[in-house]
Amino acid sequence: MKTVIKAEGIVTRFGKRTVHNGVSLHIEENEIYGILGESGSGKSVLMKEMIMLLEPAAGEITVLGNNLKHIGFKEAQALRREWGVLFQFGALFSSLTVAENIEVQLKEYTKISKKLRDSLVASKLKMVGLDPGVGSLYPSQLSGGMVKRAALARALAMEPKLLFLDEPTSGLDPIGARNFDKLIVDLRDLLGITVVMITHDLESIFGIVDRMAVLADKRVVAEGSIENVLQSQHPFVEKFFKNEYTKERFEKVRNV
Amino acid sequence: MLKAQGHWTLQSVPEIERQLQQVGYDLPITWDVSAVSEFDSAGVLLFSEYFIEFSEHTPVKVVGYTENQKEMYDLLKQDHVVIEPPKEESLIETLGRNTVILLKDIRDFIEFIGHVFYALFHTITNPKEIRVKETVYHIHQAGFNALIIIGLTSFLVGMVIAYQGSVQLAKFGADVFIVDTVAISITRELGPMITAIVIAGRSGSAYTAEIGAMKITEETAAMRTMGFDPYTFLVLPRIIAMMVSLPLLIFFADIVGIFGGMVASGMQLGISMTQFIDRLYEVLEVKHYILGMVKGPVFAFLIASVGAFRGFQVSHNTESLGLHTTASVVNGIFLVIAFDALFSVIYTELDL
Repeated sequence: MKTVIKAEGIVTRFGKRTVHNGVSLHIEENEIYGILGESGSGKSVLMKEMIMLLEPAAGEITVLGNNLKHIGFKEAQALRREWGVLFQFGALFSSLTVAENIEVQLKEYTKISKKLRDSLVASKLKMVGLDPGVGSLYPSQLSGGMVKRAALARALAMEPKLLFLDEPTSGLDPIGARNFDKLIVDLRDLLGITVVMITHDLESIFGIVDRMAVLADKRVVAEGSIENVLQSQHPFVEKFFKNEYTKERFEKVRNV
Repeated sequence: MLKAQGHWTLQSVPEIERQLQQVGYDLPITWDVSAVSEFDSAGVLLFSEYFIEFSEHTPVKVVGYTENQKEMYDLLKQDHVVIEPPKEESLIETLGRNTVILLKDIRDFIEFIGHVFYALFHTITNPKEIRVKETVYHIHQAGFNALIIIGLTSFLVGMVIAYQGSVQLAKFGADVFIVDTVAISITRELGPMITAIVIAGRSGSAYTAEIGAMKITEETAAMRTMGFDPYTFLVLPRIIAMMVSLPLLIFFADIVGIFGGMVASGMQLGISMTQFIDRLYEVLEVKHYILGMVKGPVFAFLIASVGAFRGFQVSHNTESLGLHTTASVVNGIFLVIAFDALFSVIYTELDL
């Protein structure tokens, strides 16, 4: 197993407020890694630091062998082509159609022909379970679930090795959410990618996440497989995982 | 002995509170709540508040409560924390905060300009990365589509100058000097300034709103993660488009403004068009036109960069979009006027 992302001693501050105080974790190749924690525990901030949208006040993050602290412009641009990011609300470019959204990086960074590009776009749409006709619609014409799927198709456009998902199943109906989970697992198995996802969705956590980090009290209070995490005595883990509702869910998913 | 009865609910709480205020603390209290027929959390909170207050002065005994009431009381008791209102700021604090914000804005703006020049040199050395399509689109938006409003504004300004000037000049019988007044003031001063102010209101605000909305929907973040530098993709095309459009618009405004002055002086002083144009050839040196034109790209850079800068400052809420759009227009117009003054000083010093 190769380590894809390694974060060590991350400290993040916004003004006087400290969000992270010594967060460390590591993500292995080809796993689905969950980041969970209470609202305001800095899950999204941590992900933004991994994808170079924010810089931590202290600590080091290494992504695919690049130390983000000392990365140069060219290396950063190259690294950005290795990953795909799915934003919580899709962040599709509103001035472009879905198909144009998906092909925008292909157009910019590759020299492949228009014809091949079109068929790639169609295949990506099919992969995420969207009708090819959706390609000609604008993001404002899509439903919430379709936006997520289209945004996932865009994130996959450059055949990334690494996929970041910010609450992929939030705002989806339960059936849509399970389908999305299945899609993520299929993509992982099919393309051999590593998936990092922020999630609150218990079914995703029990069903598809291989390992996870639980953020609370400004640090990682538990890391590892669900069994490992359940060993933790931390109040947040107790509250989140060890209530009646969660136990019931856990039994159900494990028994299936 | 205190006896509570009837409804202890949202509706009756004010009346009960009025009665409770009259209770004295001199003797130990036995509070009988068995006759309370209905209660809600407001009633229980009121009870708990007075229970605490009475307890501070005298022993209180509560009798006759039901299991339900006890449970609700215990539930609400935990939440009994005082929420401190945000401290009110003094005048000096506000002044200090605003000064810090202003200084920070200036520092950020300088950093932003640095980014813009970095992106500019990067694209100049890699000409393939120049966003031609976007630039042309913005020239169309900020330039061509503004022709009507610029034409109308400058025509009216030209007319107003001719009208105002003609009254004064007629007193001296120096009617024909109206041509000098109109032509020189329009080409040197008013053409560039009026055009820049209209464009600051029209396109500067649009730049802020466009980029700000993209920031709210995380489109700019998405661009960054894809390796699309927002400065190259969003800022440069807008700045360059503005620097191309504004001088062209000023040229147009000069012509229409002088035409407006010609119409007004024809009506007011009876100067015919041929007379006006003859005089125009005599007095309007090319240097006046050039001196006005030079301001164009400078104003354009100021308006476009402030507009884009304010757009990037928008945070994740819609209110901030409005605030920054306003700030963008105000800053844009202020900078235009300030730099116009600077130009005047320079021109005067250089005897131009």
